[in-house]
This record gives sequence, C-alpha cells and structure tokens, in this order.
Amino acid sequence: MKTKTPDADIQRPVKLSCRALWKVFGPNAAKFMAERNGKATAAELDKAALIGAVRNATLDVREGEIFIVMGLSGSGKSTLVRCLSRLIEPTTGELTFDGKDLLKANEAELINIRRHKMGMVFQHFALLPHLTVLENVAFPLSIQGIGKAEREARAHQMIDLVSLKGRENHFPSELSGGQQQRVGIARSLAVEPEIWFLDEPFSALDPLIRREMQTELIRLQSVLKKTVVFITHDFDEAIRLADRIAIMKDGEIIQIGTPEDLVNNPATSYVAEFTADVNRAKVLSARALMEPATAKSGGFEKVAAKAKIASFAAAIVDSTKPFAVVGDAGEVIGEISPRAVINLLSGKDRGAGA
Amino acid sequence: MSDIAHSAPSTVSGKWLGLWVVAGAIVVTAILLPVPEALSPLAIYPDSLVIPFKDWVGGFMAWLKTNFTWFTRWLAALIEAPLRFAFNLLAKGFKFGTGEAAWTLPRLSWLGVTFVMAWLGYIFGGRRLAALSGLGFLSLVLFDVWDSSMLTLALIVICVPFCIVTGLAVGIWGHFSPRVNRWLISPALDLMQTMPTFAFLIPMLLLFGASPVSALLATALFATPPMVRATVLGLNKVPQEIKDFADMAGCTKSQKLWRVLLPSAKPSLLIGVNQVIMLALNMVIISSMIGAGGLGYDVLLALRALKIGQAMEAGLAIVIIAVVLDRLSQAIALKRPQAVDTRGFIARNTNSLLAIAVLLITTALSLVFPALNTLPDSLTFTTAPYWNAGVDWIIINFFDIIEAGRVFVLLNFLNPLRAGFEALPWFGVLLILTALGWRLGGWGLALVIALLTAFCATTGLWVPAMQTLYLCGVAALVASALGIPIGLWCSRSDRVSAIVTPIIDTLQTIPSFCFIIPVVMLFRVGDVTALIATVAFSIVPAVRYTNHGIRQVPHELLEAGIVSGCTKWQLFRRVQLPVAMPEIMLGINQTILLSLSMIIICAMVGTRDLGQEVFKALSKADAGRGIVAGLVIAFIGIIADRLITAWVQRMRERRGMA
Repeated sequence: MKTKTPDADIQRPVKLSCRALWKVFGPNAAKFMAERNGKATAAELDKAALIGAVRNATLDVREGEIFIVMGLSGSGKSTLVRCLSRLIEPTTGELTFDGKDLLKANEAELINIRRHKMGMVFQHFALLPHLTVLENVAFPLSIQGIGKAEREARAHQMIDLVSLKGRENHFPSELSGGQQQRVGIARSLAVEPEIWFLDEPFSALDPLIRREMQTELIRLQSVLKKTVVFITHDFDEAIRLADRIAIMKDGEIIQIGTPEDLVNNPATSYVAEFTADVNRAKVLSARALMEPATAKSGGFEKVAAKAKIASFAAAIVDSTKPFAVVGDAGEVIGEISPRAVINLLSGKDRGAGA
Repeated sequence: MSDIAHSAPSTVSGKWLGLWVVAGAIVVTAILLPVPEALSPLAIYPDSLVIPFKDWVGGFMAWLKTNFTWFTRWLAALIEAPLRFAFNLLAKGFKFGTGEAAWTLPRLSWLGVTFVMAWLGYIFGGRRLAALSGLGFLSLVLFDVWDSSMLTLALIVICVPFCIVTGLAVGIWGHFSPRVNRWLISPALDLMQTMPTFAFLIPMLLLFGASPVSALLATALFATPPMVRATVLGLNKVPQEIKDFADMAGCTKSQKLWRVLLPSAKPSLLIGVNQVIMLALNMVIISSMIGAGGLGYDVLLALRALKIGQAMEAGLAIVIIAVVLDRLSQAIALKRPQAVDTRGFIARNTNSLLAIAVLLITTALSLVFPALNTLPDSLTFTTAPYWNAGVDWIIINFFDIIEAGRVFVLLNFLNPLRAGFEALPWFGVLLILTALGWRLGGWGLALVIALLTAFCATTGLWVPAMQTLYLCGVAALVASALGIPIGLWCSRSDRVSAIVTPIIDTLQTIPSFCFIIPVVMLFRVGDVTALIATVAFSIVPAVRYTNHGIRQVPHELLEAGIVSGCTKWQLFRRVQLPVAMPEIMLGINQTILLSLSMIIICAMVGTRDLGQEVFKALSKADAGRGIVAGLVIAFIGIIADRLITAWVQRMRERRGMA
C-alpha cells in the first residue's frame, strides 16, 4: 500500500483529519463560538477580548506522509497540534482519527488511543530527569503494565534504532541536546504509534546537530513509514522533510500543499516571502520546467518528471542539450532545456539581476 | 543601557519622596499637636468600642474543648503510641513488667547512633560530612546532653514524616485546584507563617494539656507550611511539556501524579523537607514550654534559674543537632540520581543492613558494657563552669562599659522612639497604610491593608501593636543597615563571600531560641537584649539577598556600562544597584518578617509588646487573648509583606523583569 516516496498524486487513506477546528482562549469562549455557529471574524474576537489561537483549521493527514505545520511563533501551530492530540480541547470543530470522532472519546478511550496509537516528541525533550535513558524509553510501556523484561527488550531495540547503544544507564542530564532528543524519539516510538507528533523537535538544537537529526529522521521514516505531523518554524526544515506543508499565520492555515506547490504557486504574498530564498532547484521537479515534447525529444537523455532539478542540473548544463522528461511508465511527456535550468539556478526566471 | 537603568528608579524615588514627606507630616502633626476633644477617638481607640474578638475566640475554644474531648483524646492516643516508642527507642529504653520482675530493654546505644549518623554523612556527603555528623553527635555524648538530645530528636523523627505527608497532600490539592490554592491554602499559609510561635502553643495547650503530644502537634502545625509551598511550587514548576508527555504516554491521573509529576518535582520537594526539619527543630525547642521536654526544656529551666553555663551548653547542643540535620538533609536533597542497581537484595541494601547491624550489636553490647548505654560521668565533661567564669569575668571587668552603653542606647534612642510609636494615632496610621496600599497595588490591596490595620485597632491592642512595630522596626532597620553593606562587600569580593557565607548559613540553622542565651548573659533582660538577639537572627536575608542580587546582574549590562565609560563607582551606583534593587528589597522583606518572629520570642526576656501579651496568655492558658494577639502580630507581618512585595512587583514591571 505504501510507496517508498509518497506522492501527492496517489490518494492514500486519511489518518487524521479536522474540519473547521477552532481554539479560542478567554472567558466564555465556548459560548461565544456556539452563539456564532462556530464562526467568528478576527474583529469579533478582538472585540470580545478573546484570543483565536487556532481559527477554522481544516486539514487531512494521510497515512504514511510527513505533514508539516509551519508558522512563526504565535501563529498557533503548537496549539493546533495539541488540539489534534486533544492535549488541548478544541473549542469547536470536528476531529477524526481513523475515521472515528476523537472528540467523543472519553477519558479511558483517549488514554487507550494515546497508549497504543500516538507518539509525541517535544521541543525541549520532556525527558523525566529521575529516570535513566533505558527507563525513559521504557516508561510508556511501563505505564501500560508491560512486564520489565519485555519492555526493556523493546526499549533496547529503540535505543539501538536511534544509535544510542551504550548510553542506557545514563541520566538525561548527562547527555547532549541531540542525544536527549534521540531519547525523546526512541521513547515516542517505543509503543509503535500509528501517528507520530513532533513538536519542533529540532528547534532547541544547534544548526549542525539539527541537520544531522533531520537526516536521521529521514532515515527513520524510510524504515518506519509512520504518519507524521511535524511542527516547525523553519521553512528550510519544512521543505527538506515535508511531503506536504500547511502554513499558518495568526491562527489560520493560509495554504496547504507540497513544497513544490508552495514555491510555484504561493497563495499569498506572506507565503511568497518564505519561498523567496528557497533553493528552488532542490524543490522544483523536472515537470515544473518542462516544455512540450518535440519530435527530437525521444533522442535526448531521459529524466523522470518527479526528479528534482538539482539532481540533474550539472549533467544538463554540461551536456548543453535538452533532456527528455518521462512519466512513471517511461513515456516521453516533454523536454527541458539547459537554458531553463540555468535561468532557474541563476534566479533569472524570477527577475534577479533586473 | 545604564541610562535606562538609572532613569527609572530616580523617577520612582522622586514620586515616593513626595508621598513620604506627606505621610511623615501627617504623623508628626498628629503626635505633636494637641488633639481636639472631638477627634480623640481617632487617635486613641476608645475602650468602649473594642470588639470582643478575644471572648469570641475564647468561647469557641472552650466549646471545642467541651464538645470534642472524644476527638482530642483519640488523637492524643493515636500520636502517643509512636511517640512513646521513639522516646523509648532513643532515650528511655523499654520497661517491661513491674516491681521485682521488671526488666528493661536498653535504648539504642549512643555509639551505634553516632556511627549511623557518621555513616549517613559518608554516603551522602563524603568524609567531611561524615566527620561533621559523627563528631557532632559524639560531642552530645561527651557533654552529657545525650538524654535530652535524644528526646528532642525523637520528637523530630515522629513529627517530620507527619509534616511531609500532610504537606504533600495539601500541596497536591493546591496544585490541582488553583482556585483553592489562591483563596484558601495560600492565605492560610501566609497566616500560619506569620503567626508567632507561641500562638501555636496556646490552643494545643488548651486542647491537649501540657504534654509531648500537644508539643508535637504545635510543632507539626508550625513546620508543615513550607512543605505545602514547596509541593505546590515544585509541581507548578514542572515544565508543561513534561505534563503533556504524561498525557500523551497515556498516563492515568494517578500515574501522572506519582510517576511523572512528583518525581520531576523531587528537588523542590526535598528542599521543602529540609525546611520542615529545620522549622520542626526550632519549634520543638519552643514547645518545651508546653511539655516537649528535651533540650528546649533544659534551656528554659537554666534560663529561669539564670544558670547561664547550663543554658549555653544545652543551646550549643541544639545548634549541633540543627547543623548536622541541616547539612545531612541538604546533602540528601542535592544527591544526583544514581545508576540503577541491578544486584541482589543484600548487595542493594548493604548500607541499611550495615546500619541496622551496628545499632543492634552496639545496643546488645551495652547490656554487657553499661558505658555504651550511658557514658559514665568520669568520661563526660561540662563546659558550664567555663561559660559562667567567662561571663563573670566580663561582667566584673566590663560591667560599667556594657551597662553604660545599654543605658545610653535605651535612654537616648529606644525610649523616645517607643514613646513616639505608642502615641501614633490609629486612624492616621490606617489612612497612611491604606494610601500606600492603593498606590502600590490598587484598590484590592488597599482594602486588605485597611481591614488588617483596622483589626489591630479594634481589638484594643493598638498600643502593644505599636510597641511591637517599634521593636521590630528598629531591629529590621539595624539588621538592614548592617546586613546590606556586608552583602555588598561580599558581592565585590569572592574571598569575603567565602568567609561570610558559611557564617550566615550557620546563623540561619540556629533555632531562634538560642540567640537569646548569650545576649541575656551580657545585657540581662529588656529591650536592648531583645534588639541584639533579633538583629543577629534577622540579618541573614539582608546579607544573602544583597549579595545574590548584585551578583546576578546580567554580565551584558555590566559590559554595556563599562563600554559606556562608567567608573567603578558609577557602574555600581547606576547599573548594579538599580538592577539589584528588587532583590535587595525582598531581602529586607524577609529581614522584617524574621525580626517580627524573633521579637515575639523575646517576650521571654521581658519586652513589653504583643509578644508579652501572647506570653502571658500562654501562662494563663487564655486562648482567646493569646490567639487574638497572635493574629495582630501576623497581620503586622502580612501588611509589611504585602506592601513590600507590591512595591517590588512594580519595580520589576517597570524594568520589564516581571
């Protein structure tokens, strides 16, 4: 069912979805929203001295994809993800998980879902200071009442998975930030969750370590193929990891799309500002620069429509000849010229140098 | 940067200057001008209008006593069993049978107890702590105060777990219901922590009679508040992410509490435990007045008989126990978690098993060698004669100087000040305090202050309240005037800090009672003695907060000042001092509260104020009188605390440090 690289073209089942979800802070927020039938403008909220942390969020997270919620601080992304896991009760709206209404789940059901189906990684790691690495990783299993031998065996596996073997008996305070987050990741994976929430997991780390951890995440995901909801304020991180990105501003989702969608068709000038400095060659695929095929196209070197420009840029510039763009079945669907690639690389296509 | 830091306080003090001038003017006029007949009830509260709180409280206590005897008896019996066991185990030995057939199972041998203390010190703090605890307890044996020391220790051993459990339970409640915490627990704790120690004794005395049980209950009541606070604070301080993690891992409510929140808050909780131990020790000494026995009783007896040497010796024993328990509990609190021990039961519990074995063996040996039970007199020695001789020598040689100094201070400063305070018109003070409250914290604070001040007047205790204010004010002023410069000096020199810090640490561990002893030797009873003892007791926070406040000024601010070309003095005056001001004010606040608590205890050395009122009520077991006077004292403390805290809060907000 799952392909190795997820593709927006293939519609996979929805794992988690929300419709018209609101989180409004302030006195009598629920009543206020109910009176307005679950809708309120920013001006109305201001007037009532309420804070709309999440406003009218609608999104679907599909099985096996990395869904990134990107926004600057105060944009409501952390509140949104906490609503999705019901750490915070949404004020109004629908929330479904595996097709079931998550908002109707009672305390016991919620505990059960969280114990077996959800995992979460936190920005500041949230490791328990009084437990060793091994005990921290085994903790979620331990509260389920799983026996010591079994949970420790499982914890050892997870610690191996995040390459922390040999640190089992250390305390969190004895580890570096990157190592602590590896423990956080191992711990969240110990219960083999179906959905994996990562709340700015790498934001508290140094840039080099952050990059290393991103690579680690890509590696883990290629093995585990979890459904991931990942929060970040770093657009480059989002571009690097995401299958799809939701951009949030002032509590609203202003655009949802693949990195390529966002770069090619930013919905607002706000989105365009983020995408302005992105290395477009790494985001855009051959399809984006493709021109209609000609009679000669069949004779050129071939490149897949999904391939990122950066992956063949050097080759096409060296060859000084166009490449043929081929679809999934190998059929020629267009061609791409060295000039178009050079224009993209130099930024000329967007008016740079003018 | 330095400009910003400077300009804010100067405008503040500018506005304040005006207010103070007005306030001062009102007070001076009120005192100096003859009050018109019609207004005199506003100056001196008329007796006819005194609200009989005393009688109400007294009546209530009497009602409790008659109707709840079954409860007090049951509670006393419940507490008595473990207490008796602890007394027997540590001090008295277990007696079985009567008459000829009677035999005694000996108490734990001093050798075993001393060894265990040293061993605990070694496990948690290494050799130095081992030496401190071991030698400390050994000295108790050598100075022949072992029996009393163990009685005191037995009370602590029974009391502390009780305080911890109660404190945890209330603290957990407070954490989970912020509203209860804000409106019920927090005010109750404020009241309990500002109530004078004596006031705790009175209801216990009334309900349970003079016995170790009532002493234990008073001690527990007095020592529990810091545990509650530490629990609420510790739990509230657990990062939100960790709480979220507990939920996401699917913890049930009790799993979340016991396996995530409490362990995460452990460092705060252990600090609470340390405070509980220290307060319990402090209180158990004072509770000797209602039958606690032990070292406090020795001090009390010796002081009453003016046996300075004996009092000093018992006092030193208290200090030794205090220092050992403090260092030991701090070391336990600071101990980092250790790697999990996966070895067998015996290997894991070597330390405890060893300790138990040593206790059993030494105690068994004491059956054969009585010296292990009670060290023969020939091996103990007493320092009392030396203290007596020393005091005699000082009195013979320096009596004139000391006495002249004492009389000089009394006649020229204290007595006129006292007269001035006694003459303060209650309504004027109420107006000024309320205005201050309004200025600093708005209408809410103004209302609270007005009500509390009005209570002081309407109980008919206005004059003793002003006497207390005078003593406490002078003591806090002197303590600040001495403590702040010392703190500043510490902040500028690591070497000075290294010398001063252990001294104030030790001062802070010494139970309040013990400060009185050496001062009484030299200055006899009266206000001067009370002041000196109070200053010594309350100087610690002034030093500590000043030092800490200056040292924590961000390094960037200093660098900004240096780059702007500040001289050292400018740097200090215009950067460090303004930034550290809120912290220093909090130190002064603590100094005031400590002064208040100490000045009340000084009723024992013959001050005339609210403390004396409580003290008399205690000796007559007059619950109404004692509790109302205690409340007035507590309210004075709360008024001072609220005003200063509000002031500090404003200062911080202005500087964006809130």
